[in-house]
Amino acid sequence: MTTINQIQDLTDKEYKWGFVTPVEEDRLPKGLSEDTVRVISAKKNEPEFMLEWRLKAYRYWATLEADQAEPKWANVKYPAINYQDIVYYSAPKKKPNLTSLDEVDPEVLRTYEKLGIPLLEQQRLAGVAVDAVFDSVSVATTFKDKLSEVGVIFCSFSEAVQNHPDLVKKYLGSVVPYTDNFFAALNAAVFSDGSFVYVPKGVRCPMELSTYFRINAAETGQFERTLIVAEEGASVSYLEGCTAPIRDENQLHAAVVELVALDNASIKYSTVQNWYPGDKDGKGGIYNFVTKRGKCLGKNSRISWTQVETGSAITWKYPSCILQGDNSVGEFYSVALTNNRQQADTGTKMIHIGKNTSSTIVSKGISAGFGQNTYRGMVKILKGATGARNYTQCDSLLIGDKCGAHTFPYIEVKNPTSRMEHEASTSKIGEDQIFYLQQRGISKEEAVSMIINGFCKQVFRELPMEFAVEAQKLLSISLEGSVG
Amino acid sequence: MSMLEIKDLHVRVDNNEILKGINLTVNPGEVHSIMGPNGSGKSTLAQVLARRENYEITKGQILFNGKDLAEMKPEEAACEGLFLAFQYPVEIPGISNAYFLRAAVNAVRKYRGEDELDAMDFLPLVKEKMRLLEMDERFLNRPVNEGFSGGEKKRNEIVQMAVLEPKLAVLDETDSGLDIDALKIVSKGVNTMRSPNRAMVLVTHYQRLLNYIVPDYVHVLVNGRIVKSGGPELALELEDKGYAWTESEPVGAGR
Repeated sequence: MTTINQIQDLTDKEYKWGFVTPVEEDRLPKGLSEDTVRVISAKKNEPEFMLEWRLKAYRYWATLEADQAEPKWANVKYPAINYQDIVYYSAPKKKPNLTSLDEVDPEVLRTYEKLGIPLLEQQRLAGVAVDAVFDSVSVATTFKDKLSEVGVIFCSFSEAVQNHPDLVKKYLGSVVPYTDNFFAALNAAVFSDGSFVYVPKGVRCPMELSTYFRINAAETGQFERTLIVAEEGASVSYLEGCTAPIRDENQLHAAVVELVALDNASIKYSTVQNWYPGDKDGKGGIYNFVTKRGKCLGKNSRISWTQVETGSAITWKYPSCILQGDNSVGEFYSVALTNNRQQADTGTKMIHIGKNTSSTIVSKGISAGFGQNTYRGMVKILKGATGARNYTQCDSLLIGDKCGAHTFPYIEVKNPTSRMEHEASTSKIGEDQIFYLQQRGISKEEAVSMIINGFCKQVFRELPMEFAVEAQKLLSISLEGSVG
Repeated sequence: MSMLEIKDLHVRVDNNEILKGINLTVNPGEVHSIMGPNGSGKSTLAQVLARRENYEITKGQILFNGKDLAEMKPEEAACEGLFLAFQYPVEIPGISNAYFLRAAVNAVRKYRGEDELDAMDFLPLVKEKMRLLEMDERFLNRPVNEGFSGGEKKRNEIVQMAVLEPKLAVLDETDSGLDIDALKIVSKGVNTMRSPNRAMVLVTHYQRLLNYIVPDYVHVLVNGRIVKSGGPELALELEDKGYAWTESEPVGAGR
């Protein structure tokens, strides 16, 4: 009992990624119209097909907006967003041409260094290629040459539009069409950059690829788009990280990620999401409204999502798999933490279409403070999906007595040969557990961190080695002060 | 100096006074047994010694090696060398026994200003102790107490005690839930740990345990007070006559 009181008493440590970088911005005025879309497309010097697609998306979104069709079914609460009060494009003025880091504003380089993502050659993370997205644009991509030696394309989305328009045209919107949902339509209309990955036939990508998203400018939305294509027999592991400055007003982040895996290909997509969560009273923070979906197009293909969601005022995302190819495999491993006034409504969809497809869902929700954490998942077995299998495990951990955990699993089975397993649990972090560890000499803070890490272990072990350690640390930091 | 000196200890839990003036002195090398009927305050005493929250000391004092135990956090008491073998060891899913034990050993070593042990130094040590308690090495990689039988949990407690080498070990109903074979193994482990520098307090309901771990002193706790103290023969007498017998004794008056 005392523990719970102490939990509420202790104030949070500060969000240490909350600084602002002083850079000169090239930004559009607030507001969204067809003209905004045209200007963004023109700024990026896009071919006609892109502008057409964006305009179609914009018009579709405008009808949704007129109908007030912003999704309201999620278990989150926030005041209505004024879409005319957002800046849709902001870029550091000193725009590099992406061939040389010398042209990047040194302030921006310093920002990434401060975030632990050095971009300069001599300091780069070994074995990890990084695409750095700053507000609306990609500012640098490391190890590009080395990757191109094996035929892997890893570049900003803008660059892909210029240099690989055929690939973009073929796959853009093929997994998440602009008609998919309100935020996907918005993203399609105004997205300004993102990452593009193409792994050719039979190539195993020789290093981890990663994108680091940073929101810096005020009043700006970040709308990025990531497209990853793994050709027959190819494999790639990709990781994204995100942070933003501390600001009193909320900022919108509406991204779209599309993955395509052909025959025998595999894509592993990991996220460590640490957007500014708002202060302890719920002021400020990022609205993270994201559509992520992968299509296992080819037979024996595999797509695996791993996410560690500790940031954002509100998280609304459901990384999903369309299991179209026979024997394809979809996986979703998630840790979602809500502390203070954070809200998360997150989960996955596994759509089984092909024969003998299988999916695994492991979701770990942690709620502390006044945090509200919702798991929402759908497993759909279509008629033709003979021999489909799903295993779902969904665990919630509560810290304190003012937070909430909610679970909404939807299961739809149209083929009688399928096998489904669903396990769920909700537990409170036990004072007994904490005391037990303390009695063995371990401090209370370490005890809590150990219990939480144990709870999340199944997910952490899916993360690339070097990031698993980071994720553990991040979780401890995010929970700091939530337990006395 | 005494290892443990309890003076006129009064303890309240949830507004109920459970301990009503305990006096007890334990010297290095001694094994004391605290016996008593259900609800007499035996486990409360064990929890208070381990510094459990919400066990409020309203009066009296506990000195552990001359230091005021009431001033210590649970982890400080542990690092000072106080070990509690739990009556109901808890499960910690996802954390292996080996990881947990090494974290515990290193927390204590760090407190004492000693170098932390790496896995290479630690493993032989813990394996040796596991052999003593006849526990399979596979338990090292299993999550702490998860899926362990009652007996395995209790043996695991004694493995931890053996690895941590405390100055004062408090064993709370370690015999409960043990079959006779497990009881013998646990007792052997505990007896191996007896030394002139170490003291033990055995909290138990039954005399059975004391056939295997023979105490130097036996105290009978009834309704929050020690009503009778004696040698090992007192335990046998209790077994014979039951706790009601002590309650009628004049020492236990004042209820």
